[in-house]
Amino acid sequence: MIKTDILIIGAGPVGMFAVFEAGLLKLHCHLIDALAQPGGQCSEIYPKKPIYDIPGYPEVLAGELIDNLAEQIKPFEPGYTLGERAETIEKLEDGTFLVTTNKGTEHNAPVIFIAGGLGSFEPRKPPIPGIANYEDNGVEYIIRDPEVYRDKRVVIAGGGDSALDWSIFLADVASEVSLVHRRNEFRGALDSVEKVAELAKLGKINMITDAEVKEIHGNGKVESLGIKHKTDGDFVKETDHFIPLFGLSPKLGPIGDWGLEIVKNAIVVNNALDYQTNIPGVFAIGDVNTYPGKLKLILCGFHEATIAVQYAYNIINPGKRYVMKYTTVNGVTGFDGETKKAEAAVVKSIG
Amino acid sequence: MSDVNIKITDREGVVHDIQAPTDMAMNIMEVVRAYELAPEGTIGICGGMAMCASCQCYVLSDHELPEMGIDEDMMLAEAFYVEDNSRLGCQIAITPELEGLEIELAPESES
Repeated sequence: MIKTDILIIGAGPVGMFAVFEAGLLKLHCHLIDALAQPGGQCSEIYPKKPIYDIPGYPEVLAGELIDNLAEQIKPFEPGYTLGERAETIEKLEDGTFLVTTNKGTEHNAPVIFIAGGLGSFEPRKPPIPGIANYEDNGVEYIIRDPEVYRDKRVVIAGGGDSALDWSIFLADVASEVSLVHRRNEFRGALDSVEKVAELAKLGKINMITDAEVKEIHGNGKVESLGIKHKTDGDFVKETDHFIPLFGLSPKLGPIGDWGLEIVKNAIVVNNALDYQTNIPGVFAIGDVNTYPGKLKLILCGFHEATIAVQYAYNIINPGKRYVMKYTTVNGVTGFDGETKKAEAAVVKSIG
Repeated sequence: MSDVNIKITDREGVVHDIQAPTDMAMNIMEVVRAYELAPEGTIGICGGMAMCASCQCYVLSDHELPEMGIDEDMMLAEAFYVEDNSRLGCQIAITPELEGLEIELAPESES
């Protein structure tokens, strides 16, 4: 079991910054995220988009901001459980919480921070009648083990990087790869588009453009797909697997069943005091929370993280007094004992 | 400094007569959010960067709208429930030219 002081659910920018503020108070953090890498939306949806309202940065790419936050929190040695979704929460007899992921990893902490942004990212599922009946029976939204497709017939749908990259990869694994896309143009990286075109010329990828998968047929398992082509009309394509790769969409997910007060898909917190939820010891910070006057901005989440950490300290260290200190005065001391501090001469010249 | 009148059909089929300001740098997606015509978390997920299609709408009137940019075009290539008159609300700024515009919100994509 993983034990920590503050268990942070959501490794987006706000969850990451909470690690820094907690570290200043000598509190250890562990982060859980459904995505395979930290950064939340900033890494997953718009890493190359500039952000203009981070104080001190006239302009910063979302991906760069995440890289900088990772660097900033490194001295505080956060732990990570990535690629897993926080599934259940249980209050133990000693007053701490047990949080278990969908893969069964157990975490124990006296304080929980929910920094889940818009929620956990789930695959976007195309509106094909009965598709749910074939999930894990030939329909997969995420490729976990490419060997599953060895010597099988595969149809991939989508026009972005995932669809292109997996088509390229599976061209050497599957017996037949077809890529179905509604347009002739693709949204992915240019070299991936060119590689797919090259493999199509060599007959290793069967490109079906201007077309959409509209039906799934099979007896308990995918056997064929009904495809609608813009100009050539409808036809049936036999296959063993159908892999729709249309990106991810955020959903609040299992957190919604934890007994938290939720209004309009967001967790209600006490913003007059500490950003705590209706469950004592469970805080919610960033885009996942709501209160009168809430603004869903990264910088507001940073503020909420800072305030919440101060109150979490009191829960973790009851009876101990803590006085907020400035990093300009005390520097930053990591858990390895190394301190970053202004040089004495500089301090003296200011004084 | 004037408002424009826009008819928006929500996902339940209810028609709303909306007055949208032309002097606040808003777009259709933001107007839909401001008037709470779709549940929180179901529209404008990417914040208005044409990187999700949660604000997809069907343009029902004959208004001349801003030309579709590459980001919007490519996003619609991957979205669901796309029709010939589909646009992303986040890419349509509220201007005086939109007076009388009629749109319908596309269904929410299930995930």
